[in-house]
Amino acid sequence: MPKRTDLKSILIIGAGPIVIGQACEFDYSGTQACQALKEEGYRVILVNSNPATIMTDPEFADATYIEPVTPEVVARIIEKERPDALLPTMGGQTALNVAVALAGNGTLKKFGVEMIGASREAIHKAEDREQFRRAMDAIGLESPKSRTVHSLAEARDALAETGLPAILRPSYTLGGTGASVVTEREQFDSQVQTALDASMVDEVLIEESVLGWKEFEMEVVRDRNDNCIIVCSIENFDPMGVHTGDSITVAPALTLTDKEYQLLRNASIAVLREIGVETGGSNVQFAIDPVTGRMVVIEMNPRVSRSSALASKATGFPIAKVAARLAVGYTLDELVNDITGTTPASFEPTIDYVVTKIPRFTFEKFPGTSDRLTTSMKSVGEAMAIGRSFQESLQKALRSMETGLVGLDEPEGAGAMDARQRLAAVERPTPERLQWIAQAFRDGLSVADVHDACRVDPWFLRQIADLIAVEEEVRANGLPDDATGLRRLKSMGFSDARLGLLTGVEESQVRAMRHGHGVLPVFKRVDTCAAEFESHTPYMYSTYESADWDGPGRADDDEAKPSNRAKVVVLGGGPNRIGQGIEFDYCCVHAAYALSEAGIESVMVNCNPETVSTDYDTSDRLYFEPLTLEDVLELIRVERTSGEFLGVIVQFGGQTPLKLARGLEAAGVPILGTSPDAIDLAEDRKRFQQLLTRLGLRQPRNALATSMAEAVAGAATIGYPVVIRPSYVLGGRAMEIVHDEAGLRRYMGAAVRASGRAPVLIDDYLSEATELDVDALSDGDDVFVAGIMEHIEEAGVHSGDSACSLPPYTVDPATVDELRRQTEELARALGVVGLMNAQFAVKDGEIFVLEVNPRASRTVPFVAKATGRPIVKIAARLMAGEKLSAFSLGVSGAPVGHVAVKEAVFPFDRFPGVDILLGPEMRSTGEVMGLDRDFARAFAKSQLAAGVRLPDSGTVFVSVKDGDKAPVAQVARRLAEMGFSLLATDGTAKYLAAAGIQADRVNKVGEGSPHIVDRIQAGGVHLVINTTEGALAIADSFEIRRTALTRHIPHYTTMAGARAAVLAIATMRSGPLEVTPLQSYSNNTI
Amino acid sequence: MGDAPGTPAFAKRQQGGRSLRAGGAAISANQSSSSSPNLSPNPNPTVPPNRCTAALVLADGTVIRGRGLGAAGTVVGEVCFNTGMTGYEESLSDPSFAGQILTFTFPHIGNVGANGEDEETARPAVRGVVLRADVTAPSNFRATQGLDGWLAHHGIPGIAGVDTRKLTRAIRERGAPSGALVHDPDGNPDLDAALELAMSWPGLEGMDLAREVTTTEPYEWDQTRWRLGAGYGTRTSSRFRVVAVDYGAKRNILRCLASAGCAVTVVPAATSGEDILALCPDGVFLSNGPGDPAATAAYAVPAIRAVLRAGLPLMGICLGHQLLSLALGARTKKMHQGHRGANHPVKDLATGKVEITSQNHGFVVDAATLPANAEVTHTSLFDGSLEGIRLVDAPVFSVQYHPEASPGPQDSHYLFARFTALMERRA
Repeated sequence: MPKRTDLKSILIIGAGPIVIGQACEFDYSGTQACQALKEEGYRVILVNSNPATIMTDPEFADATYIEPVTPEVVARIIEKERPDALLPTMGGQTALNVAVALAGNGTLKKFGVEMIGASREAIHKAEDREQFRRAMDAIGLESPKSRTVHSLAEARDALAETGLPAILRPSYTLGGTGASVVTEREQFDSQVQTALDASMVDEVLIEESVLGWKEFEMEVVRDRNDNCIIVCSIENFDPMGVHTGDSITVAPALTLTDKEYQLLRNASIAVLREIGVETGGSNVQFAIDPVTGRMVVIEMNPRVSRSSALASKATGFPIAKVAARLAVGYTLDELVNDITGTTPASFEPTIDYVVTKIPRFTFEKFPGTSDRLTTSMKSVGEAMAIGRSFQESLQKALRSMETGLVGLDEPEGAGAMDARQRLAAVERPTPERLQWIAQAFRDGLSVADVHDACRVDPWFLRQIADLIAVEEEVRANGLPDDATGLRRLKSMGFSDARLGLLTGVEESQVRAMRHGHGVLPVFKRVDTCAAEFESHTPYMYSTYESADWDGPGRADDDEAKPSNRAKVVVLGGGPNRIGQGIEFDYCCVHAAYALSEAGIESVMVNCNPETVSTDYDTSDRLYFEPLTLEDVLELIRVERTSGEFLGVIVQFGGQTPLKLARGLEAAGVPILGTSPDAIDLAEDRKRFQQLLTRLGLRQPRNALATSMAEAVAGAATIGYPVVIRPSYVLGGRAMEIVHDEAGLRRYMGAAVRASGRAPVLIDDYLSEATELDVDALSDGDDVFVAGIMEHIEEAGVHSGDSACSLPPYTVDPATVDELRRQTEELARALGVVGLMNAQFAVKDGEIFVLEVNPRASRTVPFVAKATGRPIVKIAARLMAGEKLSAFSLGVSGAPVGHVAVKEAVFPFDRFPGVDILLGPEMRSTGEVMGLDRDFARAFAKSQLAAGVRLPDSGTVFVSVKDGDKAPVAQVARRLAEMGFSLLATDGTAKYLAAAGIQADRVNKVGEGSPHIVDRIQAGGVHLVINTTEGALAIADSFEIRRTALTRHIPHYTTMAGARAAVLAIATMRSGPLEVTPLQSYSNNTI
Repeated sequence: MGDAPGTPAFAKRQQGGRSLRAGGAAISANQSSSSSPNLSPNPNPTVPPNRCTAALVLADGTVIRGRGLGAAGTVVGEVCFNTGMTGYEESLSDPSFAGQILTFTFPHIGNVGANGEDEETARPAVRGVVLRADVTAPSNFRATQGLDGWLAHHGIPGIAGVDTRKLTRAIRERGAPSGALVHDPDGNPDLDAALELAMSWPGLEGMDLAREVTTTEPYEWDQTRWRLGAGYGTRTSSRFRVVAVDYGAKRNILRCLASAGCAVTVVPAATSGEDILALCPDGVFLSNGPGDPAATAAYAVPAIRAVLRAGLPLMGICLGHQLLSLALGARTKKMHQGHRGANHPVKDLATGKVEITSQNHGFVVDAATLPANAEVTHTSLFDGSLEGIRLVDAPVFSVQYHPEASPGPQDSHYLFARFTALMERRA
């Protein structure tokens, strides 16, 4: 069946901001869908509030709406654009939910929009637990015993049926929010309440526990002709009980016989048919009892998912691209397998390697929350690795994580623990459990002992036990001094660094010895067919193979086959984490596009399966490899054997590739753009200070300390409060504002780990200052200031967590122009070639340079979207040798005719017990952009896009610290004028009364019930303004903020944020928000 | 199997039928010594691999050294590959691999051990096995022993530590070579002798291997398909009487027939048409099998023609499909690149639907030589080659692939229903 011609225009809904459970995999799928449908000649309309996505680049859709992904806003876009169809399966749960709402409220019917890819009925059947279970019964598939409840009373009844432990699964959430395991009766009630709160429809499924069972996933694709294929099977290393997004997973499934595998295959296909997923990709999850083989269906996603992205990268089969084409009527046999180029898409990929994915967590940023892994997802990213054996892929994945691991390193704190505690660490699912399992084997435990503790399949455990046995052998005997012995170690995946640690030798020496023996990796291709057919797609991974071939077949079988073109290697950002996410992938992707446009071959290196950068057709060549010096040097060695190797781009992937710059340079690899020395100059406090002095620029008073004594002395000279942080970190890791010497001593004692031996930086904390971010382009001579952003929250809140406005909305034009001038001077002085980001604070009209990063910053995609200039592409071409004058960019620092507001999105709802107060440590996972003609509207949109529904009437609770009392009066007066009632704690109420503003007094929590938290719980508060300082006051008001968060009540913890919110409320009351496509803003696109 | 081709090795094959469960029990009893294979450590994880205990020597002089597994000894055959990721026990016991040394492209083979239950024949006919990774201790609730022990038990030598992707690419580019596999646990494989053996091996073309793997005596089959928790069943009704000609039949074909309500009599490959018809079948089934179809045709074609003349419903699979085509006057040819995997898309031209199939063949029917009354019903979406035919004027059809799966997807089980429908219509 060919594609449908009755459809002309298709609306694709994106996933919105990056949140836990919904990350850049949906940029990958959405980008693929946009590309595929545009290629097919459809008019593509896209809505997504996330500016850091590739899909929202203006060329990927005919009309790109960077607008809030809510039913109301999308309805307005539908009204304006009148699409023929809506494709809801590419934007995660967000898109599905919006589509279901639009179908439910009649919008789709009203405007004659057909939902393609999944019907409303199919979505309901898959998402509604009870309906799903009934559907499974109908086709003879078992589910865990379960009951759906809508209240605590019903839940208590259901308990009798399921018994404990039981699993609670709220309906209609994403990433398993609120899902939990109840093991004890005492906790049952409170956990049920949490689950009911998390559900959009107050519905929870209580389910028989299959904890400890084996967990599998099947990625299925179906077309309208009922052709079904399994793209990939995935086996979870972690047994049932840990969310699959938080589990280490392996592809393909490794511990199933064919008979069992075919049961899963048949069941998966039956599930798609029964649920009614007519076309597209879905994933089905199963649990298998390891003792009897009993198989139960856990759930299915009737859409492209995180697992689809993993399966696509693991096999080379582009699920989203294919699913998009199937949605418009093609059948699988009509589509070509891109990778081979010769065979059709209607086949099942077969692989001849093992893929391991390991999730990446950031519990260290959320002190106070448990790091126990549950059925509610908490990871923020993941790394994937490909090897020719499980051991190789596991060890490659471990060093891809960038958590400091070079292999199965000993877990921290092992020395201080006794055998019982160590075993408990094996039992308890945490991010470090794999290391504890390895440690257990070091301690001499048997596979049976470890299996009893953690229920991980013995096959995996034996593989780890074998690795540890070999580690011990190496530790005892040293490195083998022959090629065969070294090759054996390398083929088990041991990194040079790990071998160095085991033998007390420098990593570089291990490498030299290995190279001396001629032990080198070969590169194999991901070809979807295990070499049965020739593949023309250069998607590669490294492995160590036996060299024991003689005779005519001896020639080395390296499939990298580098071209004879001029080439540039782009190093990606590795696994997503807080502080380094999709923004840097956006930059790497743009670098690849720009190089191709300039006729230079782009060679991408990355290990993050969620990204667009690891799509095989983003760059000319793709290496799915860990971003370590060893792995990068090996692939560069091969790339250099043919063609002209121009160099490596390290400034686009965040801190990850920057860390490799020195090592690469030392190995003689040319670094394109700004020199590593200039990067170091900007990072090195002493050298940077000298530079600023020479340029006559100011900096907050500061000091550098490598010891407790130096820190105490330095802080005393500067005067408290001070901002303190380790050097060479991103995302404000371990950055704190310290108010006194005791705080300083505590910090120095505990938190310097993030930086290792590097010194600690101490800065004067400029309270009440306005912070600004500037992104600029430079070719070494000329500088172009691309965007100047004013932070809405004051200096002291991490720039990644602060909302910001482009252009500035309070700073005067003269100061803005001076910022431009200072930025240009800095760029020239540093010899920046490419991008540079500078952060400034403005206090009482004076400008202070906070920091300068001669690389792509987190704000670059936002600036590019807000100004309509492809600044990363230009930067890449500057790095490849072109000059700024070649691009007609206009006047440096010139303002745009509209306003863009960036707002950060936080994962606090995932981490119970964590305070939501903003600070210098970055904790947001993603961002949204509000775009409109003035600040108030743009800010209003940014709030809506971030999931904050500002009230237009009701009650506002106000409680502020003393310093904020004067400004809060203004805010309160404005609210009162608009008819809001005010509620305030004693001090604030008195102050407001004195200012002539009526506010009802309410008890603080400590003052007894009924207090403010009771009021919020009862639903009588619609907006919370709460600023606070000092440990005691912060602790007192903690409950207020947490309650506002869990009850989804808008809350502002800074005065600046509150002021902006009031402006937004006023503008929203004056009329509805309009929607405008990005394309009509960017007339000044080059 | 280290036996030279032609050695009678089928003494027990007729037990593959009714007495199978007894045979299965015997295998289990053999292995009861390793009481819990699932929790035992991997064999010798830290033994240095430096010692070459096995080698695969190709006829072109290529020597690939590695670590031996399974039985000790030397075997010679055609080196082929299979890209399936599951079902090695089924593949290794598939009689179609007679005369072949099987390379698995998936690196980890042996993870789920062996269980006897998944064997497709009592006496595996594959000559040797080539693996990337060492065989591990098994992990699966049905495992009764490790793959290494299973291979040794069946007299099959193997080699691990081979870059199987490189070997596969070589086979893809240059065709399946003749090779000799030597496993010498003492670490002194005689490479010269192996090369001589490989060079002197005549290759599969012209080789009638069906005769080696077929049953010697007819037997009845009533075991039905496998179910989780219940294992194999026993046929309860018999709607049709089917004679299955065993050119190297996989048990699952017989099970699929039994599950479809057929009382199956399995007869030796060389059974004459007269003898087949004397059993008064409602339909005749031609099984899969190894070797060169042209060689087996010498005695198979006359028998098939007799069945065709009788107008009986007839179904053929793989070699059976090729022999049927030969009986119809078509020709077969050796493929440059055979089909060896469980992921091959085949299009049913009648319905337009795509089925994912299990395939294992190196010869193919030349579509251009089919007679006018034969219609192409299925084609490969990988290379467009012929995958199935039917006669427009008789209840006869055949497919090149393996609808019985085992291993592989079960999308094509519907063909057995198509066969019984033909018998139904005629009754």
